[in-house]
Amino acid sequence: MSNGNQTLGVQRISLRRRIANHLVTYSALGASVLVIVPLVAIFGYLLMKGIGSINWAFLTQIPKPVGEPGGGMGNAIVGSAIILLIASCFGIPLGIGAGIFLAEFGRNKFGNIVRFTSDVLNGVPSIVVGIAVYGLVVVTQKHFSALAGGVALGIMMIPTVARSTEEMLLMVPRTIREAAWGLGVPQWRTTLSVTLKTASAGVITGTMLAFARAAGETAPLLFTAFGNQFWNWNVNQPTAALPLQVFVYAISPFDEWHRQAWAGALVLIILIVAAVTAVRIVTSRGMYRGAA
Amino acid sequence: MGVGINVRDLKAWFGASEALHGINMNVGANGVTAIIGPSGCGKSTFVRCLNRMHETIPGATMKGEVTVGDVSILEQSAVDVRRRIGMVFQKPNPFPTMSIYDNVAAGLKLNGMRNRSKTDEIVEKSLRQSALWEEVKDTLKKKSGASLSGGQQQRLCIARALAVAPEVLLMDEPASALDPISTGKIEELIEELKQNYTIVIVTHNMQQAARVAGFTGFFLMGNLIEFDKTEKIFTNPSDKRTEDYITGRFG
Repeated sequence: MSNGNQTLGVQRISLRRRIANHLVTYSALGASVLVIVPLVAIFGYLLMKGIGSINWAFLTQIPKPVGEPGGGMGNAIVGSAIILLIASCFGIPLGIGAGIFLAEFGRNKFGNIVRFTSDVLNGVPSIVVGIAVYGLVVVTQKHFSALAGGVALGIMMIPTVARSTEEMLLMVPRTIREAAWGLGVPQWRTTLSVTLKTASAGVITGTMLAFARAAGETAPLLFTAFGNQFWNWNVNQPTAALPLQVFVYAISPFDEWHRQAWAGALVLIILIVAAVTAVRIVTSRGMYRGAA
Repeated sequence: MGVGINVRDLKAWFGASEALHGINMNVGANGVTAIIGPSGCGKSTFVRCLNRMHETIPGATMKGEVTVGDVSILEQSAVDVRRRIGMVFQKPNPFPTMSIYDNVAAGLKLNGMRNRSKTDEIVEKSLRQSALWEEVKDTLKKKSGASLSGGQQQRLCIARALAVAPEVLLMDEPASALDPISTGKIEELIEELKQNYTIVIVTHNMQQAARVAGFTGFFLMGNLIEFDKTEKIFTNPSDKRTEDYITGRFG
């Protein structure tokens, strides 16, 4: 074999590699752009349609009867906040607890059952969760309530929180757990203060994902929180929620309500982004320079 | 102050396979004992039995009598045993989400210590003992333990182990992931610490054993072949297999 042939061979491979390299790089870039486009498009369209109807009154007043101009979704914003608070208080601890169990003690038959059940629950249509909570809470209480809405959304959050917590805890290397055990730290303390803390960034991401999804759910609230045209601070009474209000206004025949529905959707998105950002800022305070 | 370790007929299993076939060894208080032997001979398993870390592996069991000081470790809770017997691992494993300070204080805080000035004092003392204080004193609470270099991380892990005032320090190949300069620092450190602690160190590096240890044990296929003064092991071993190993004829 001559030297010339070898050089030619090297050049040919390197050209093919260059092409393949470019192909893969630009496909990846193209895919990322395709992912961003719908997001930007939706947000841009919402902004265009909704921004005009957002004003102080919209954020602070309750809906006006048909025909009267003005009014707002203040009660729905407060209602959504109450329902989501209840859902988070109930769904996040249960989800994280289940995730800890699955990661640390769930390598057995019972763990597999829990894992499977959780995945099934994740696939249950949200309206079915709404009906189930209607039967369990609303029928028992004999009225619609923010509590029932919170329970429904909390149930929606559990599987996402549990499975993402499990995945994140399993990514913490065994050597980190051994370091804590080696110091004579009991198992429960190791799990909470070392393993969970090491995985906290990922656990928070999973939790925020579940929160954002729950915040936008409409179907589970139809027969639980039900909606309300007035201010309500009582968790045992029917309560307005932003997605419900947007739904009712969007299917109405009135132009003014359509405009308000766009504004409601925009406010919902902005509030979700604000909540997620706030949680990220608060929780990143405990991190140090150079942390993994 | 260090205490002696007395091992009688120690056996260990991974599932059904026996990894240690009845080890007998007397480790004196204070000073360094090195454990050498080829890969897979059971030397890591042996030291991991001494603080009952072995049994954290699913399916792993151990049997026999191990007394540290005058307490039998199998009659004590594993958590209490590990508070008395510190461990430094092969790969530096600082807690990545904790600051340098919190890494050293971890054993104290996670075991319920609330006294801040006492904690400050112990953190400084431990970091001085592990010869890391001068390098990190300005960034104690600002930098993550994971931001340090590999050698610094390992000294941080040693400080973390010292902070809980153990009676014995187990080191499982503490320098095998480090460059020669960092290794030298760790060895100097071991030299210092042996005045006050009983140290058992597993090493792949025979020169290291010869440099730091007063006594050396040679393991082969789950058995302790020979245990004697380091000088004797390296110059005039009693067993043919020890001689073969240290002269590089196998392993």
